[in-house]
Amino acid sequence: MTTALSAKEIVSQLGTKFPGAIEEAGAESVLVKSDALPAVVEYLKTTEGLKFDYLNYITAVDYYNYFEVVYMLTSLEFNRSVVLKVRCYTRDNPTVPSLTGIYQGADWQEREVYDLMGITFEGHPNLKRIFLWEGFTGHPLRKDWNR
Amino acid sequence: MEIDSDKEYIYDAKELDQHEGQVIEKLKVSSRKSIRDPDAWLDEDIKRNIVVTSLDWVIDWARRSSLWTSVCYPACCGLEWMAFLAPRFDGARFGMEIMRASPRQADLLITAGTLTWKMAPNVRRIYDQMAEPKWVIAMGACGISGGIFRSGYNVVPGYNKIIPVDVYVPGCPPRPEALIYGIQQLQKKIAKAKAVPDLDELPNPLKKGKKQ
Repeated sequence: MTTALSAKEIVSQLGTKFPGAIEEAGAESVLVKSDALPAVVEYLKTTEGLKFDYLNYITAVDYYNYFEVVYMLTSLEFNRSVVLKVRCYTRDNPTVPSLTGIYQGADWQEREVYDLMGITFEGHPNLKRIFLWEGFTGHPLRKDWNR
Repeated sequence: MEIDSDKEYIYDAKELDQHEGQVIEKLKVSSRKSIRDPDAWLDEDIKRNIVVTSLDWVIDWARRSSLWTSVCYPACCGLEWMAFLAPRFDGARFGMEIMRASPRQADLLITAGTLTWKMAPNVRRIYDQMAEPKWVIAMGACGISGGIFRSGYNVVPGYNKIIPVDVYVPGCPPRPEALIYGIQQLQKKIAKAKAVPDLDELPNPLKKGKKQ
């Protein structure tokens, strides 16, 4: 069984490496500033002793006031996982940096989030709809979406 | 040769023996001349190879007894369908155990599952590629009407919005017995079909005027 890495253990390490990048450290997740996300993930993936080399999933939640994009990373070597979260406070064009450069598996997952939630991933090579078709209006998993 | 007796009823054993003796005597008399084979005038080849029946009936029989199914199961009804094909329910009994990966070799489309709009063009293409004559069974609530996903933004509300459907099999999912019953209904439907067109319906090259 993969043990969820307590966010507190990791936060002190990240806090010294990326000052100001960590907004909030909950019991199970780390809230990261949107701009710092690629650097933080790169660090988690490559640093000895952490090696979060597997991206479990990317998903997003609509909290009305803001969107939250959720990333789950797992270290296959140490059998541990960590959850990262990023918030966007705008509804018009929420933007998050893409992780496709770090994890190839992020490609379709980010397209799915873009398709259903309307969050743009900056730097994604092929950001277009994946489940719905060209010409579909809106992003149906948004709370204010109505057909 | 006729064996007749004036008396209709025989009541005792002696009389029965007498009657039997008469029958045998009659047979012996008639056996002096051998009976000809009524088909003797036919050639040997013809005798072996001719069956007389209605063409409609034969074609319908062939069609309904060898329904080859095109592979199209977008969702969970497919599992009931697999059970139907497997030995317990044994679709082979109905001449339709053969699945065709190519729609060009199939004449039956069983729509086992929810259809999303993203998938709809592909199902339509499978149907279009199937050779005539072809039939469609809408299997399950989703196949009939979209089922519980009917109000979804991404679900086709019933296959009959995309392709013509012959038989509807309700259930969520239908049990394999229900599918068997649906297929039998389809076979009954095919049995009633008119396989051979009337001569009037065929294009007539001798007829002048209207171009066919």
